[in-house]
Amino acid sequence: MPDLRPLVRHQLMWPVLALVVLLVVNVVATPSFFSIRMQDGHLYGSLVDILRNGAPVLLVALGMTLVIATRGIDLSVGAIAAIAGAVACTSIAGSSQESATGTAIVAMSTALAVCVLLGLWNGFLVSVLGIQPIIATLVLMTAGRGLAMLVTDGQITTVNNPAFRRLGAGFVATLPVAIIVALVVLGITAVLTRRTALGMLIEAVGINPEAARLAGVRSRTIIWTVYVFAAFCAGIAGLMIASNTSAADANNAGLFIELDAILAVVIGGTSLAGGRFSLTGTLVGALFIQTLATTIPTIGIPAETNYLFKAVAVIVVCLLQSPQARAALAVNRRPAAAPVKAGVA
Amino acid sequence: MQTTVETGPSPTGVGQPTPVVQMTGISIGFPGVKALDGVDLRLLPGEIHAVMGENGAGKSTLIKALTGVYSIDAGTITVDGTPHSFSGPFASQAAGISTVYQEVNLCTNLTVAENMMLGREPHRLGRIDTRRMNQRAREVLDRLGLDIDARSQLDEHPIAIQQLVAIARAVDIDARVLILDEPTSSLDADEVSRLFDVMRTLRADGVAILFVSHFLDQVFEISDRMTVLRNGRLVAEHLTADMTQLSLVQEMIGRELEVLDRIDRTPADPAAPEPAPLMTVLGLGRKGSLEATDLTLHDGEVVGVAGLLGSGRTELARLLYGADSADTGEVEVRSRRVRLKGPRAAIEHGIAFSSEDRRAEGIIGELSIADNMILAMQASRGWMRPVPQRTKDALVAKYIEALDIRPADPQAMMRNLSGGNQQKVLLARWLITEPELLILDEPTRGIDIGAKAQIQQLVAELARDGMSVVFISAELEEVLRLSDRVVVMRDRRKIAERDNVDLDVADVLQIIAGEASSPGPADAAGAVPHQEASRA
Repeated sequence: MPDLRPLVRHQLMWPVLALVVLLVVNVVATPSFFSIRMQDGHLYGSLVDILRNGAPVLLVALGMTLVIATRGIDLSVGAIAAIAGAVACTSIAGSSQESATGTAIVAMSTALAVCVLLGLWNGFLVSVLGIQPIIATLVLMTAGRGLAMLVTDGQITTVNNPAFRRLGAGFVATLPVAIIVALVVLGITAVLTRRTALGMLIEAVGINPEAARLAGVRSRTIIWTVYVFAAFCAGIAGLMIASNTSAADANNAGLFIELDAILAVVIGGTSLAGGRFSLTGTLVGALFIQTLATTIPTIGIPAETNYLFKAVAVIVVCLLQSPQARAALAVNRRPAAAPVKAGVA
Repeated sequence: MQTTVETGPSPTGVGQPTPVVQMTGISIGFPGVKALDGVDLRLLPGEIHAVMGENGAGKSTLIKALTGVYSIDAGTITVDGTPHSFSGPFASQAAGISTVYQEVNLCTNLTVAENMMLGREPHRLGRIDTRRMNQRAREVLDRLGLDIDARSQLDEHPIAIQQLVAIARAVDIDARVLILDEPTSSLDADEVSRLFDVMRTLRADGVAILFVSHFLDQVFEISDRMTVLRNGRLVAEHLTADMTQLSLVQEMIGRELEVLDRIDRTPADPAAPEPAPLMTVLGLGRKGSLEATDLTLHDGEVVGVAGLLGSGRTELARLLYGADSADTGEVEVRSRRVRLKGPRAAIEHGIAFSSEDRRAEGIIGELSIADNMILAMQASRGWMRPVPQRTKDALVAKYIEALDIRPADPQAMMRNLSGGNQQKVLLARWLITEPELLILDEPTRGIDIGAKAQIQQLVAELARDGMSVVFISAELEEVLRLSDRVVVMRDRRKIAERDNVDLDVADVLQIIAGEASSPGPADAAGAVPHQEASRA
């Protein structure tokens, strides 16, 4: 029998397994689950839906991964997403050429610029003023939706712009644009963190801020950067959400998306205590969450109880990842399976 | 000289009682490291048993096996003849084994009493009975002769006091086995002798004490028996009375002791013209940590800083590096006025600093040896310009080899390394940046004699090649062995500066004691209460 231990110990083992289990449940409930069909040159199917609907969560989770790696957290991403949608839709609706492509580009650029400013604000509170991240971003989490309401005058602003609509609902080369955008951002993030030294420096700051400072790491700049990046990602997600319905809903756009993103990061194996992070893990985590949201109505559970099941699933995955819980399981099962030592060293 | 082993209640001869703890054939492996390989250890009641070995010999691992922090891969542990497999520190504590680790593991945001009673707080009506807790803590502190306010918050106290609180905590558990892992590394002579008194009292009460220390004198003074480890294996068990320091060191490092004395210091020719200084500071000071201090540093010179804990020696180093910002003073590097507003500015001026607190201010525990080594260089290049993989591999391989770092695996995780190897990686981190001035605060603290000799040798070589080194150590012998010039600190000020010519430990001690012919500050007497307060 081949030695499976390296596989079992791999940090992505449990999230991937959980995702596979979910997919199997879906296939049993809906045998056509894996079928993907081509219609009018576009791909359709449950898997494509999961990827497309999961794109905003994935985007937000990517930014969140880097923030969490520096020992921080960003609760304001949902509100920032709402602001991005509000700014873009208001800009388009107020334009004299509402359906022009140029209008959409200006609107989206403006929205993302606003998001970067909001990220600078978060980063300023955390890295310069030294406010605890959970409090610093709580400010914008609560105030942000108010800002979005101000921008939209408290209305749901609907727009009619084909170019803007393509971001959330369009297709390029048979694939939904949303999926492509999310994967491109994932790729850019991976290159930015792993091909440069950014990832290592982020981890150093997250693991031991004082040692990093004494080694000359610009901790402040790095922390500031990740909050800006998180806000930027949230901005793209917000545009995607608004684009999908061609409307900005300041109250509900991106509601609780910060929690989904944090869950995706945690399920992906990045510790909330900061330090080592895994973008692949975050991808798996985001897919898991979206698949779960799709599965619950499919297998006949009322959609209103979605949150409850999400909570249960998350607890199970986190338990499976916890060294203590795994050690306990291993001891109960068979004494030969030596407890994992790395966790307590 | 080593014949002063106490013959009192310590049963060191034949007909000895059964061991309280018997560890047999203990093996523990980490990914890539075999930390322990078939080691035996027995502890008899009423004896002080030293575990000796170099860094990485497995001392800490052996202790963690006994205290249930690590689970063992092979072997047996019996306590009072009953086999135990400890699933965690609590199980071990319940069996009467308590521990004080090398680095203080307490909660600095809690009070002294809360720390001592943590996990065993007296309860009343379901709530913690603070009054009883404080009272009980005070009793224990009194018994140890420690004048510490049990209600004060722990981080108000210097590390030495925190260490004593940790010991008080361990003693209070009514342990039958007390493990002291490097308890004396941050204590001054008075505190050490106070600790030894406590240990003797406990031994008389029949407690088995396991003592780990790098100070050979202390081991020979206090221990009855010793177990020697090398590279994770058992070398031998001896009665301390049968051993000499030389025979012990030979067993520990398996080679001749000569290394320590082989460093030739070529003292500067006093007749030579004074070269332009590398760095000059005038009136450098910071409120509450260092009074205005002048200092001049030259290329190729080792300046030793001597002084007691809390004398301002660490504070001086931190100000020279900009780790803390100075309130007063002027700094010139190569005759150009500079402002050291932080580590980055210092690094740009070719200054490097290795902190005394390896764990909190040095290592990045979850990153690899390679990443830890490259960190300072990478930080100064900025994140956009990563050190090319090939350069990185070459540098890391070079320093692993040059500094004899074990394991010699660039990907090994930093926190799995022994203290001495972590220290070498941190030195490599700075040497890679090719500094002109290297400030080392206690670089040899808590590491074994072999690594210590290697680090001293390295400092001497660096200075010979033209680097300026500031070397801070609590061990005067070490300071004197390496330095060209010695700066003596007391009461947060520089009280003397001497060329290291015909200077010996007694001279320096005398200066520290304040009796000597030093150009003494007029208000030295007034500063004494300050010192008392800072150490009380």
